[in-house]
Amino acid sequence: MTAGYARPQALRDAPTHYCPGCGHGIAHRLLAEVIDELGVRERTVGMAPVGCAVVAYDYLDVDMCEAPHGRTPAVATGIKRALPDRVVFSYQGDGDLAAIGTAEIIHAANRGENISVIFINNAVYGMTGGQMAPTTPANAKTTTSPYGRNPETDGQAIRVAELLAGFDRVAYSVRTSLSSPKNVRETGRAVKKAFQTQLDRRGFAIVEILSPCPTYWHMEPEAALKHIDEVMTKTFPLGVFKDWPK
Amino acid sequence: MTGNDAMAEGAIRAGCRFYYGYPITPQNEVPEYMARRMPEVGGTFIQSESELAAVNMVLGSSAAGARAMTSSSSPGISLKQEGISYMAGCELPAVIANVQRGGPGLGDIGASQADYFQAVKGGGHGDYRLIVLAPYSVQEMADLTTLAFDLADRYRSPVMILSDAQIGQMMEPLVWHDYAPPADLPPKDWALTGAAGRPKRIVRSFFLYPGQLEEHNIRLQRKFARMREAEVRFEEINVEKAEVVIVAYGSAARVAKGLVLRRAKSGAVGLLRPVTLWPFPEKRIRELAGEGKDFLVAEMSAGQMLEDVKLAVEGRSKVGFYGRIGGAVVTIEEMTLKAQEMLASRGVRA
Amino acid sequence: MPKIRVDLKYCKGCRLCVAFCPKGALVMSKKLGPRGLNVAEVADASACSGCLNCAVICPDAAIEIVLDGPARKPARKNA
Repeated sequence: MTAGYARPQALRDAPTHYCPGCGHGIAHRLLAEVIDELGVRERTVGMAPVGCAVVAYDYLDVDMCEAPHGRTPAVATGIKRALPDRVVFSYQGDGDLAAIGTAEIIHAANRGENISVIFINNAVYGMTGGQMAPTTPANAKTTTSPYGRNPETDGQAIRVAELLAGFDRVAYSVRTSLSSPKNVRETGRAVKKAFQTQLDRRGFAIVEILSPCPTYWHMEPEAALKHIDEVMTKTFPLGVFKDWPK
Repeated sequence: MTGNDAMAEGAIRAGCRFYYGYPITPQNEVPEYMARRMPEVGGTFIQSESELAAVNMVLGSSAAGARAMTSSSSPGISLKQEGISYMAGCELPAVIANVQRGGPGLGDIGASQADYFQAVKGGGHGDYRLIVLAPYSVQEMADLTTLAFDLADRYRSPVMILSDAQIGQMMEPLVWHDYAPPADLPPKDWALTGAAGRPKRIVRSFFLYPGQLEEHNIRLQRKFARMREAEVRFEEINVEKAEVVIVAYGSAARVAKGLVLRRAKSGAVGLLRPVTLWPFPEKRIRELAGEGKDFLVAEMSAGQMLEDVKLAVEGRSKVGFYGRIGGAVVTIEEMTLKAQEMLASRGVRA
Repeated sequence: MPKIRVDLKYCKGCRLCVAFCPKGALVMSKKLGPRGLNVAEVADASACSGCLNCAVICPDAAIEIVLDGPARKPARKNA
């Protein structure tokens, strides 16, 4: 085995439609690396969200299912209950998971469904043109918060990893970021542990990943990564909030 | 202005001060416009967590006596059906706009007319009807939205604006008319504002005791009958001399109008453009069928309004169909060929 | 000397690899790639320390690296 880096097998050969510097690309690559390392490609079933990653099924070389906006955890539950020995992951953005899908994620977490949830948090709605997300920080301007998000009428950003850690049957809840090679490697380890949580049947696992959206943050990719480190982590601290409780 | 922006501004000019919505292409411009404009007029904009939440926020503001609106596109309108049924049952005024896209399911983001059944025949549970207005231009996006609020208040019932991606996104000039609410709108003496100095009120659609719900439904049906009598709206072009009358609405009607105007000299083809899809201009279609005219229904669907035209014609003359499905748009060339086919079968060349 | 390859089928010119290379082994090309974007290119493979940062940060998995012998820094092994 030679040292170095090669394109993961579980990543299909198609160039992606994601913007240059988009975090989805890195996250997809990490998912593919983990699937390769664990050798589970042929028994993995993934959910694609509604959002920029709606066509994630064109990029990952595993069985994949579409779900209506926000319903991914419910669809994942349906698949996992029917085929308990498959590795089922749900891949969602902030609108999908923290807006329209709040009931579904909370109840999948509460039931302790043995699924692994990859939550891409870029604090904005990319696919539809840059609207406010439930994870948009206070005062941020978006197309539906043109005067800045007002916490008094629009609420504060929702911290999902902390929220879900409070449920007994959640076995692993962590927040990582894609802001540097070090953080990307850390995210890769977290994704692998989220999959291991499922393989060990410990319960529900979620990795919340702070991800750049250069286009709707109106920044260059490098500046977007700095923005995660210097600004986003003030609202969304990195850390492990639940770690395989006894 | 774009159609979407005109619809939003039309609502504001009609006194709508509460808009709740969720992003979905091709109507993102509506919540974005409202986010900017509502604070300017002292109104409220909320980007809700989902389309389901949005329609329930409308229900609340409406119950409180306000003019409230939500908008979405096909998949999001499916989510709103429960709320719409509740508002019909609770007798609450509201305006719901559907900027249609291709379906079923996630579909695409192109224009479609495949939500006709959903709008006109349901789409929520129970025995109710929605007044459905079908704009075909940016001007109508403005005017029909304003009208929608008046109709909703007049009948204490939800009203739907059925548009599509093309009309929502296109830009056309329009004229703003001065708006004043009709003087004869009934007062909102049912609104929940706090029972100070008056008996309490309830907004409900739940009637459990034997006979209660039937009585309630009979009252609702009488209301829908009044709508049928008074609120049918349609436009006719060149129908008097026509051998074949195209029946089309929205984007399909724009194409049909082009066809009819091109052939105005021969006069063999006319257009009947329903502006209200419900109540449907069935009386007029029955009349025209009685005069021996055939009909060509043109829709961006697999044939939905087609069924209502057939019902109105009652077998007296031929009803042909030309459609495109899956977010594809009807073309004047294809529509012309179909019209010529129908004319030929009447022995007319045009 | 490590072999570094930027696959132009995938590179979108986001410049992150250049930003995170500690040795200046990668630069942005003055030429346009097949998709009409300025792409990354190898400036000096001999400067590469084998840290794999570029491959790790690349959103399009466009970078392939072959190191001679074991990596000098801990890295995710993929081959």
